[in-house]
Amino acid sequence: MFWNLPFIAVVTLGLIGLATVVTKKNLIKIFLGINIFEAAVNLFLISLGYREGGIAPIFTSAPSTEMVMATPQALTLTSIVIGVATSALLLSFAVIIWKKYGTIDTDQIRRLRE
Amino acid sequence: MNGFLMTNAPALLIMLPLIGAFVTPFIGRISPRVRSAWVILIMTLTTLTALLLASDVFLNGTQIYVFGAADPDLAIPPDSGGIPIRIIFTVDAMSALMQVIGAITGFAVLLYSISADRIHSGLESFYTLFLLMIAGIMGMVSTGDLFNFFVFLEILSISSAGLIAYRIDGGLAVEAALKYFVLSTIGAMVILIGIGIYYGEYNALNIAVIASRMQFTLLDQIALVLIIAALAMKCGSVPMHFWTPDAYSMAPSSITAMLVVASQASLYGLFRVVFTLYNVTLNAMTVGWIIIILGVLSMVVGVTMAIPQKNVKRLMAYHAISQTGYMLLGVGVGLAVLGNQPLMESFGYIAMEGGIFHIINHAMYKGLLFLTAGAIFFRIGTYNLNKMGGLGHSMKYTMIFFIIGALAIAGIPPLNGFASKLMIYESVFAFNPVLAVIAMVVSILTLASFVKVFHSIFMGPKLPEYETVQEAPVPMLIGMGVLAAIVILFGLFPQSVVNGLIAPAAHALADQSGYIAAVLGGA
Repeated sequence: MFWNLPFIAVVTLGLIGLATVVTKKNLIKIFLGINIFEAAVNLFLISLGYREGGIAPIFTSAPSTEMVMATPQALTLTSIVIGVATSALLLSFAVIIWKKYGTIDTDQIRRLRE
Repeated sequence: MNGFLMTNAPALLIMLPLIGAFVTPFIGRISPRVRSAWVILIMTLTTLTALLLASDVFLNGTQIYVFGAADPDLAIPPDSGGIPIRIIFTVDAMSALMQVIGAITGFAVLLYSISADRIHSGLESFYTLFLLMIAGIMGMVSTGDLFNFFVFLEILSISSAGLIAYRIDGGLAVEAALKYFVLSTIGAMVILIGIGIYYGEYNALNIAVIASRMQFTLLDQIALVLIIAALAMKCGSVPMHFWTPDAYSMAPSSITAMLVVASQASLYGLFRVVFTLYNVTLNAMTVGWIIIILGVLSMVVGVTMAIPQKNVKRLMAYHAISQTGYMLLGVGVGLAVLGNQPLMESFGYIAMEGGIFHIINHAMYKGLLFLTAGAIFFRIGTYNLNKMGGLGHSMKYTMIFFIIGALAIAGIPPLNGFASKLMIYESVFAFNPVLAVIAMVVSILTLASFVKVFHSIFMGPKLPEYETVQEAPVPMLIGMGVLAAIVILFGLFPQSVVNGLIAPAAHALADQSGYIAAVLGGA
């Protein structure tokens, strides 16, 4: 049960993130929802990397052979970096939308349909 | 020297556009002319590398490239216990075909863009993002590592979003880019969850390793659903198509032509996951039918939505959705009979070849059509069909290119669209006649729609407000001409193209054990 806690947190965070994206009308809140969803995915990756009793793969002072492959950690770092780039681009879009439309309410950002 | 180039071609294919992209802003400080020369040089080298690599792959079979290994062919380090731990590029015939599509379209679009986008400011960033898009596409179709696929997918969507928003256009383009980017970010995250599930189960990210250990448990089914949903969204298939018309119509026309290729890179990802990762372990009939239904829905909804459109690029974007349906239909039929060798021989391979042939044909004629729309916009400044008319008098070459593209998309012989559609009709008819009838009806509707568009743009008397309109500039015509020439050539000699390029790609896609053997050895 206890070992499933991270995965329960992943599902909860993911649902909170998706619900925010779907229900909120404010662009900034939608972006926050995306960030929460990203956090859920990152937590999922990092929980996969946990091996009980394993140690960091530093060969010089390794006391045992039970070393953990560092792949999930590397994936998570990469994913965080990509998330930063994504957030920056999304926020810059919000800035331009605010300048041109005077609003960040998604109900009013609908000029393309007309 | 030649050997060195051959061995390192997969890495060069990514390295050239990446280096080119990040040097472009500095080169751009010298003068716009030098910058254009630099971008064309990089794109030419990338195209040559892609062609060289493709010829090598088609002659000698799958090539692998392992990053950071003592020898690029050394997939499994001797001290790793039989597990390939490094990032790997696996270029089989299907990947090579997609690279050729990306390279040729990219090259033609770049020639066009140098002239068409000259009037804009901030072109250093424009070409930086353009080359990043090329790098993203090339990476997505070459990689043999799932996480790497995700990274290149993100490179591609970030640079595409920046380019869609490039013309700002009173905020409209940014709105379209926002819609695209929110969806593709969530899609990419969903793909990452799927990749995480594979890692948790099989302790590997390498496609070949996962494929060889595939069990098709409940978790694998969840991952498959997540990845199919996200990639079907990225390639603009109904019912997740709503970003496509907005993004395609608001992006600069050169970028729209590249977005078509970008969608097809996602389509490639979908096929790679289904065929190479799962292959016969999955319930081929069910998943095949899901893909067929996605395809039929895209075909029908795309074409019916296209008919009432007033904006020429929006109309073409809906047709792009409809054509994506043909590829899904063809390859879906191939998937539905996968593992059943007699049926596979009688029509399965032909259906897959038709679907894959349609990918390359679509990239060429749809790219051509978007470029003609851009050329018209370049001269008259509107996409609205009601405001156009009589342009056939002044833009003769653009009109000819438009006719070639329109006839090709409607599947009229002897153009390339006919060749691939015929293969799809024949094989799908053998599988299920109703589907073939739907495909033909959609094709007729496409023709009707393009006849209307052609009439309202080019026919009729010369309008007074377009009295001074001239033919599009020569570099734009050359860009369109390259694509038009390929459309005609593929239409005149479909059999040699199918035998030389398409059939190896279809067989490479269906042949999972060959892919695994190329990486892990043995088999």
